[in-house]
Amino acid sequence: MTMFDALTDEQETFVAPPVGVRRLLATGDPSLRTHLATFGPLPAVDGLGGVDGVTAALEEAGLAGRGGAAFPTWRKVASAAESGRAAIVVANGSEGEPMSAKDATLLHQSPHLVLDGLLLVAGVLRASEAHLVTTDGQLAPLQRAIAERADARGVRVRTTEDRFVSGEASAVANAIERGRAIPRDHVVRLSIAGIAGRPTLVLNVETLAHIAVIVRFGAAWFRSVGTADDPGTRLLTVAVDGTRRVVEAAGGTSLRRALEATGVAVESVRAVLVGGYHGAWATGEALDAPISAAGLAPFGAAPGAGILIVLSRGHCGVVRAAEIAHYLAGQSAGQCGPCANGLPEIAEVMGRLARRDRDASLPRQLRELGGLVIGRGACHHPDGTTRMVMSALEAFEHDVHAHARGLCQEVA
Amino acid sequence: MPGRTLHIDWTRCDARGSCIELLPELLRRDNWGYPLARTGSEFAVPAHLDDAAEDAVNLCPVLALRFTAPVRG
Ligand SMILES: Cc1cc2nc3c(=O)[nH]c(=O)nc-3n(C[C@H](O)[C@H](O)[C@H](O)COP(=O)(O)O)c2cc1C
Ligand code: SF4
Ligand code: SF4
Repeated sequence: MTMFDALTDEQETFVAPPVGVRRLLATGDPSLRTHLATFGPLPAVDGLGGVDGVTAALEEAGLAGRGGAAFPTWRKVASAAESGRAAIVVANGSEGEPMSAKDATLLHQSPHLVLDGLLLVAGVLRASEAHLVTTDGQLAPLQRAIAERADARGVRVRTTEDRFVSGEASAVANAIERGRAIPRDHVVRLSIAGIAGRPTLVLNVETLAHIAVIVRFGAAWFRSVGTADDPGTRLLTVAVDGTRRVVEAAGGTSLRRALEATGVAVESVRAVLVGGYHGAWATGEALDAPISAAGLAPFGAAPGAGILIVLSRGHCGVVRAAEIAHYLAGQSAGQCGPCANGLPEIAEVMGRLARRDRDASLPRQLRELGGLVIGRGACHHPDGTTRMVMSALEAFEHDVHAHARGLCQEVA
Repeated sequence: MPGRTLHIDWTRCDARGSCIELLPELLRRDNWGYPLARTGSEFAVPAHLDDAAEDAVNLCPVLALRFTAPVRG
């Protein structure tokens, strides 16, 4: 039997798609054998109709990026294909957000899905390089997975610093090109001109894993779970009392149900910071909102990278928001004036509010400072930091007023 | 002539401020000395200020200013 026959045999093996909401985390172990038994082989690029076929399937599936900005994935792939120059594809597993654990979990449990997605996108784009960027903890499982398959030998794995802004797309490109994981100024999209001026497609590792199942089982299958405006599943990290729990949930699952699925009773919850440290605080009726762009928009929130940070009852939201603002100010790459100067000032004023300084002008000072930093950096770090702080002023309005009078309602 | 767009590279700008003097109609100084436009990092230059904007680009000592694509919409 020739090599070719063996491949044909394998392609004829039918593997049924995963049923229910355990898709990306459907395998029991990270081995290639279990991966193939669960998902079947990765379809050959030729059979998928090239870039047009793949982008059409991704558009029909309605897949949006899982790295935070929720940009339609098909558009990014199409844009990288446009120039005709050899593209560079990058799997972003940096997961700089300290409360997130979904990318690490995915890389430990289903590394082959991520590799499949990366190789497939690189294949359809005829990319000259495929990179996977992650942090130290995921290196061993990845190297084990790569050693199991011949097609992944060319994937260049690199570890990045565990800092908040390291995972920002231009910082990832910078790390690959110049060894420094800090964002860089750019006026054209990376998918048009990134590393060495070449089209550079940076996709979150979860996004790539979804691509790997969509090309196998189709857009209709992808949409068979989730809602019309938030199809498929998404990985969520629920951070509560120092633990991080990862769950795969149907798109549009309510915050309440997602919390319950990880063993958190909503009655014990004072608020949830939705979308991570750059996210927005949800309280009261917002806790019943679906985790989707449309469902969270009325509350000024977005799913982001699927991070839900729980503030339990008995804890002060103003104090927690101040701690996060302080952390975020320290994570500024310090290269853009408004960010380097403004974020520490925001953190300082937020700290005074948390300490119950009797100064009624503190919320106004925060709004003014926020207005001075938004949109004024090489990356969206100032915008995200301001969003979280402004949202805290709104969600914890009563506490903010109490603090300005030297009181705190939540903590005696 | 449709107006052009100026982009500020914050990773270079060190608040020397010559652009603020050249384009007082479009920029003011923020709390820390950096140029503050009405819109974040990119701002539209009306045609009658195009020459002044050109000067600002050429006189920025750290090459932090540049023109990008014409204003969209
Ligand atoms: C400050 C900052 C930090 C970010 N960190 C990450 C990260 O750790 N991992 C990630 O995938 N995306 C991160 N992003 C988003 C990326 O810039 C980029 O949008 C994403 O990797 C694209 O992948 P997607 O289209 O699959 O979502 C970050 C963005 C910002 C502004
Ligand atoms: S905006 Fe802040 S975090 Fe982003 S690149 Fe500039 S200094 Fe760094
Ligand atoms: S002239 Fe250049 S360095 Fe000076 S404030 Fe303007 S952009 Fe910044």
